[in-house]
Amino acid sequence: MTKAHLIEKVAEKAQKLSRRDAEKVVNCIFDAIRDALKKGEKTEIRGFGSFRLRIRRNKDGRNPKTGETVPVPQKRMPFFKPGKEIKELLNQNQEVNQ
Amino acid sequence: MRKADIANLVCEKVGVSKTEAVELVEYVLECMKTELQKGEPVKIAGFGNFTVRSKGERKGRNPRTGEEIAITPRRVVTFRASQLFKKYVNS
Repeated sequence: MTKAHLIEKVAEKAQKLSRRDAEKVVNCIFDAIRDALKKGEKTEIRGFGSFRLRIRRNKDGRNPKTGETVPVPQKRMPFFKPGKEIKELLNQNQEVNQ
Repeated sequence: MRKADIANLVCEKVGVSKTEAVELVEYVLECMKTELQKGEPVKIAGFGNFTVRSKGERKGRNPRTGEEIAITPRRVVTFRASQLFKKYVNS
């Protein structure tokens, strides 16, 4: 499923919305999570999971071609932790999945 | 940021009522969950990909008692942020 599929689904579900509005709805959701993380704020979505930042410490990397050591600066990484409900949802039919 | 905050933003940006915005946000999440439950990935351009991975049985330990136990095979959701998203939080 891609973002386009999601937009399609929203447009079908909410008949009064134009396709463009459906697109806005979907974009708005992901932009909200993205913007919150940029501000260093986490997002918790009940039943789905939470998004927060993890800090990658600076370390020494290597240029694989030359073997030269290059410093890799500290950076922030978006991180998703699935919620309890989604974990359970995926493992409901454990016997079937095995 | 919580679900209600996201719904408020949808309400402002799209001009639907609060109730409708809540329903729409809920619906989008529901669609994503259904897809993941089927074992299908959800790919959001500019944001990242959610994929389902199957994990085999492995050994674990009860940290309290030190007893060795088997961790049953299971499916887990993993998220990989897109390059754009990674750049965005570091800009």
